[in-house]
Amino acid sequence: MFEVRIHGRGGQGVVTGAEMLSVAAFLGGKHAQAFPSFGSERTGAPVVAFCRIADSPIRLREPIMAPDALIIQDPTLLHQVDVFSGLKPDGYILINTAKTFEALGLSDFVKGFRPERLLTVPATELALKHVGRPLPNAALLGAFAALGGLITIDAVCSAIESRFDGVVARGNVAAAAEAYRIVLEQEHLAEIHHA
Amino acid sequence: MLEQCEGSHAVAVAVAMCRPEVICAYPISPQTHIVEGLGEMVKDGSLEPCEFINVESEFAAMSVAIGASAAGARAYTATASQGLLFMAEAVYNASGLGLPIVMTVANRAIGAPINIWNDHTDSMTMRDAGWIQLFAESNQAALDLHIQAFRIAEELSLPVMVCMDGFILTHAFERVDLPEQAQVDRFLPPYAPRQVLDPNEPVSIGAMVGPEAFTEVRYLAHAKQLQALELMPLVAQEFRQVFGRDAGGLISSYRSDDADTIVIALGSVLGTIKDTVDDLRDAGHRIGAIGITSFRPFPIAALRSALSQAQRVVVVEKCFAVGIGGIVSRDVRMALRDRPQPVLAVVAGLGGRAITKRSLQRLFLDAMADKLESLTFLDLDWSIVNRVLEREKNQRRSGPVAEGVLRDVGSVASRIG
Repeated sequence: MFEVRIHGRGGQGVVTGAEMLSVAAFLGGKHAQAFPSFGSERTGAPVVAFCRIADSPIRLREPIMAPDALIIQDPTLLHQVDVFSGLKPDGYILINTAKTFEALGLSDFVKGFRPERLLTVPATELALKHVGRPLPNAALLGAFAALGGLITIDAVCSAIESRFDGVVARGNVAAAAEAYRIVLEQEHLAEIHHA
Repeated sequence: MLEQCEGSHAVAVAVAMCRPEVICAYPISPQTHIVEGLGEMVKDGSLEPCEFINVESEFAAMSVAIGASAAGARAYTATASQGLLFMAEAVYNASGLGLPIVMTVANRAIGAPINIWNDHTDSMTMRDAGWIQLFAESNQAALDLHIQAFRIAEELSLPVMVCMDGFILTHAFERVDLPEQAQVDRFLPPYAPRQVLDPNEPVSIGAMVGPEAFTEVRYLAHAKQLQALELMPLVAQEFRQVFGRDAGGLISSYRSDDADTIVIALGSVLGTIKDTVDDLRDAGHRIGAIGITSFRPFPIAALRSALSQAQRVVVVEKCFAVGIGGIVSRDVRMALRDRPQPVLAVVAGLGGRAITKRSLQRLFLDAMADKLESLTFLDLDWSIVNRVLEREKNQRRSGPVAEGVLRDVGSVASRIG
């Protein structure tokens, strides 16, 4: 079982992001379970949503306390919430920011992690560019598709289209696709760098 | 057809396939998405003929359901928490009149302190109201139980409450198998009421009954619930024939045949319990689980038979009766009254506190080592409790309890579990 925890703020589409991730996994033939942290949602308040992905039916109903991957939709949460709580030592971290892990002050923290699993993507900028609103969830799912190989970018796009219509769907698909390309390029550069 | 969707959506689709003719509801979390979904289907014409009635309160919602059902319509509503309490009088009337209304309760705690999260306190307050109460373990179960609920309700002329864990199920996206309309039509015939307000054959419904017959009328309500014990397994059997999967019935068992320790629970926590049972089985422990699907009527005979070999029974329940202890466990004890096995009550998951595998594993290991008290509050933080008790001892004006506890606990915004 692969467990993803998404952190963000009310109004950023955190819960929708987890739901679309579960739909993308379902479209890929997996079992998936997405659920919110059940707070009284208020705009701007910290929000957590969860998504489990597995090859067999998922019965577990507890919150995800030891995630395999973290998607952080709002980097300002790094100073407010213990977003890294329980993250597995070889886990993935995907942060919505135009900065690097170093610039975010996370160099020491991520020392033990596998560098190819640490990623930043300017998802809010991509959303503003393609959707016209600062809703980074779809772009982050596109980036996630490139990161783990757990879900395909096609499945992410289908999941977005199952949730939104028309121009909103097209914008989010474009944001996801560009985020996907950005991550692949970063991975490509990292490989060259390693070689 | 397999679909990845929200639990509320799955239930809305299932209810719509049952062709309700009147839906009335008043919004309250975490039930709202269900009736919103149905409202959209009525509005866009995909669910017809059906009237969606916006009402001014939950009391009105159940009253409208009663009127609609008495007029011969298939009636549905949904509520939760304070909403269920607010309609309490009408809830008793619906069952007392024998009207086959189906209602979803998206289980949520009762205030004060106000709390929007899940536990079973709301539907437990109505456990003696004469309704059949079914509990869903998953969104698939919730979907399937609603289809069975209309069938059971109408065959017996009794209302049925389908209880599903608020947020944990209602707001969870997971895979469900949505049936075909033709399957539902095959399984659920059109509503043929036992009693109906018909101008051509006038009757009155709701007579005043005095001491001369009240006991008999009440006993007949009990007799009907006993009939439900016979009917529900047959309905589940027929459901399997039409839909090709197991759902409903009185109880479900998991690795319990040779178990020394059997855990009993209602609703979605059964999933986490089953995973914990698997881990403990791998470690060589003989433990299993039983889910109670039909809490009312309470399946005494089925439980007695399923529990006959167990050395101890642990009941994990998301509710409790203040001043005495467990509610489900009390009923289980009653079922086993002449048996030597201890029945250990565990109150867990109140007001949305997560029930984790780690806590359950520790709990079950304690139970198997005979170290469990007859009443346990899972993950209760004694330091918080003792601080308040101490403050109250030292200070006359100790202030409101909830506010004091929140101050002691500090900010919870950063907590994940």
